[in-house]
Amino acid sequence: MASFLGFAEPEPTPQQVIAGLRATAEGGEDLVQLLSPEGERVTDSRFEPWVADVDVDRLRALYRDMVLVRRADREANALQRQGQLSIWVPLLGQEAAQIGAGRALMPQDMAFPSYREHGVAWCRGIDPTELLGIFRGTDHGSWDPHATRFHLYTIVIGNQCLNATGYAMGQRFDGRVGDGEGETGEATICFFGDGATSQGDVHEGFVWSAVYDAPVVFFCQNNQWAISEPLERQTRVPLYQRARGYGFLGVRVDGNDVLATLAVTRWALQECRTGNGPVLIEAFTYRMDAHTTSDDPSRYRLAEELELWKLKDPIERVRVNLVRTHGESQEFFDEVAAESDTLAARLRAHCLAMPKPKPERIFSEVYAQSSPLLDAQRDEYLAYHSSFEE
Amino acid sequence: MGASTITMAKALNNGLRAAMERDPKVLVMGEDVGKLGGVFRITDGLAKDFGEQRVLDTPLAESGIIGTAVGLAIRGYRPVCEIQFDGFVFPGYDQIVSQLAKLHYRSQGRVLMPVVVRIPFGGGIGAVEHHSESPEALFAHVPGLKVVACGNPVDAYWMIQQAIECDDPVIFFEPKRRYWEKAELDESDRTVVLPLFRARVLRSGSHATLAGYGPVIRTCLDAAAAASSSHGQSPIELEVIDLRTLSPLDLAPVYDSVRRTGRLVVVSEAPSEVSVAAEVAAKVQQHCFYSLEAPVLRVTGFDTPYPPSGCEQDYIPDLDRILEAVDRSLAW
Ligand SMILES: Cc1ncc(C[n+]2csc(CCOP(=O)(O)OP(=O)(O)O)c2C)c(N)n1
Repeated sequence: MASFLGFAEPEPTPQQVIAGLRATAEGGEDLVQLLSPEGERVTDSRFEPWVADVDVDRLRALYRDMVLVRRADREANALQRQGQLSIWVPLLGQEAAQIGAGRALMPQDMAFPSYREHGVAWCRGIDPTELLGIFRGTDHGSWDPHATRFHLYTIVIGNQCLNATGYAMGQRFDGRVGDGEGETGEATICFFGDGATSQGDVHEGFVWSAVYDAPVVFFCQNNQWAISEPLERQTRVPLYQRARGYGFLGVRVDGNDVLATLAVTRWALQECRTGNGPVLIEAFTYRMDAHTTSDDPSRYRLAEELELWKLKDPIERVRVNLVRTHGESQEFFDEVAAESDTLAARLRAHCLAMPKPKPERIFSEVYAQSSPLLDAQRDEYLAYHSSFEE
Repeated sequence: MGASTITMAKALNNGLRAAMERDPKVLVMGEDVGKLGGVFRITDGLAKDFGEQRVLDTPLAESGIIGTAVGLAIRGYRPVCEIQFDGFVFPGYDQIVSQLAKLHYRSQGRVLMPVVVRIPFGGGIGAVEHHSESPEALFAHVPGLKVVACGNPVDAYWMIQQAIECDDPVIFFEPKRRYWEKAELDESDRTVVLPLFRARVLRSGSHATLAGYGPVIRTCLDAAAAASSSHGQSPIELEVIDLRTLSPLDLAPVYDSVRRTGRLVVVSEAPSEVSVAAEVAAKVQQHCFYSLEAPVLRVTGFDTPYPPSGCEQDYIPDLDRILEAVDRSLAW
């Protein structure tokens, strides 16, 4: 059908298409970068000191982290395609943002993820197998948020920003923040996407954390898309600039640069630890795969955009740097590749062996203090259920 | 025109399109409703044909979606808001309860609120948390809102248009796991159209009555078919009523049925405490007290958060649970 009332969208001109591609592929002059897409070190006197300790061994470790989480991600994606998971949320392309941020955390820090932070989970010591339950439908998160200092995934967009702020307020109320607390003070980090920045909860988190000087780093992975909606559906200004209006600092970092992300996040956490929080970090990156395995990006974005971003791959630039600057041998890369295959095989075997949850699970842990009403409901159902098994 | 076989998703899409063609004040707004056509493709093609000013890919904020729809309605528009999944309506709940539901009352009728909030609801699609909930009671409990649920493609096609034509706010629940179910729809055949706020008897029977809405309607019909053809024993004939409207409830057909059958099983996927099913049970015992041969029974989800999807086949009322309740009712 032709346009009703003449509102049909005109096709964009080639110039508009190219301008649009540029806008989403380039972070602008404020972008903090320490490793270029070509694998060359970029000087940045402000943030370099924060990764002065990153020697070749530590760089190797960051590389290994990224390769392993990508491999686990691809395996989980394949498991979904093979019907072993009902859905998977890929992190492809966001490895540097997540490993950089995750490795910046100290053990005493607390992290609040959204639902895509498989790389941060890895850094918190959560084995990729532990993520599977959510996506296979056996649990809502299998790890202990207290023990791992990694909260459960939050799917309702933005909710966790207020929760993280409250947690950080508690860190401050407990006297864990302040001048004397350099290395031992605590901070909180909260992950969310570019789309989430429109939610009231995120704005309220900004307001609360500012008013209570909460030691929280808001870590926004701007992967350019909220499902089918590009960034301009959410904002007129670059996201990191929003912090200013709330009275704290905002930094845009190259989210495909693991060194820069590590440096900026270490700095931001330290600001928080010493009482100068909150801080907003916008990690400028790209969602290289679909939003989830249920999504079809060909309906709303150009393949060319992905091609542009492939040139900025977060893992490749570290590999090139290791080879060119440190003369890294092929043996190392082969070892990491082999290790990643072992991880993938273990993930797969674990997934296939996961038992179906028992109906008891429906009723368990609804309340801290059991409810007689619910207990009766459970008993009645389980009796009914077992009548089929006989 | 003639009939064609159509899914519920496509029926809703056609219904939206028809409403938009009829009235230029009808807007569609929500997350990913434009180019993508919504995650369930209910708004597929509408942005292309009606343009960005009538199909709004909004920023990601449900309070914003509902709150601006309220403003647009004050200005004379008829917004149709899409909430992507049931569990994501809550950031918008404040605007729904505080403004959408009350403006007509507060303005003494001067301000109309012809807003439709479409919510895909219920489980059964193996989804992660917050994607499978049945929050209808939280809306049916709010005075000022009207709440309906469609149960088949033909009703979906007509009900969405009627909801858009309604001058009151309508919370429109769509049973997401039935989006792909098909039926014959003849868009020119108005003989099948019921007023929006009416329940519909789908199958007649004399032994007991099943009343439900939304996703369990298909299950109730299957249960009735199974009971009617039951192996060797004397068949049980179940009357099946699709409530369709949860607020206001239209229980006249249920009373009429229960006065004949003497037995009622209310089926719903939502938790049972303080639910729509509870309201139906209370009203039926009040109005049909002397006709009842057994207490009104409920087959519902449990009073727990929606479980991990690996347990959902136990959570969602199925044919066996419905027939077991029917047996209990008959044996009373
Ligand atoms: C409150 C709420 N509304 C809608 C959704 C559905 N939804 C899931 S992810 C998503 C887009 C999120 O985009 P963004 O914040 O940029 O994060 P990304 O997924 O790109 O990492 C939407 C709309 C949701 N999960 N929660």
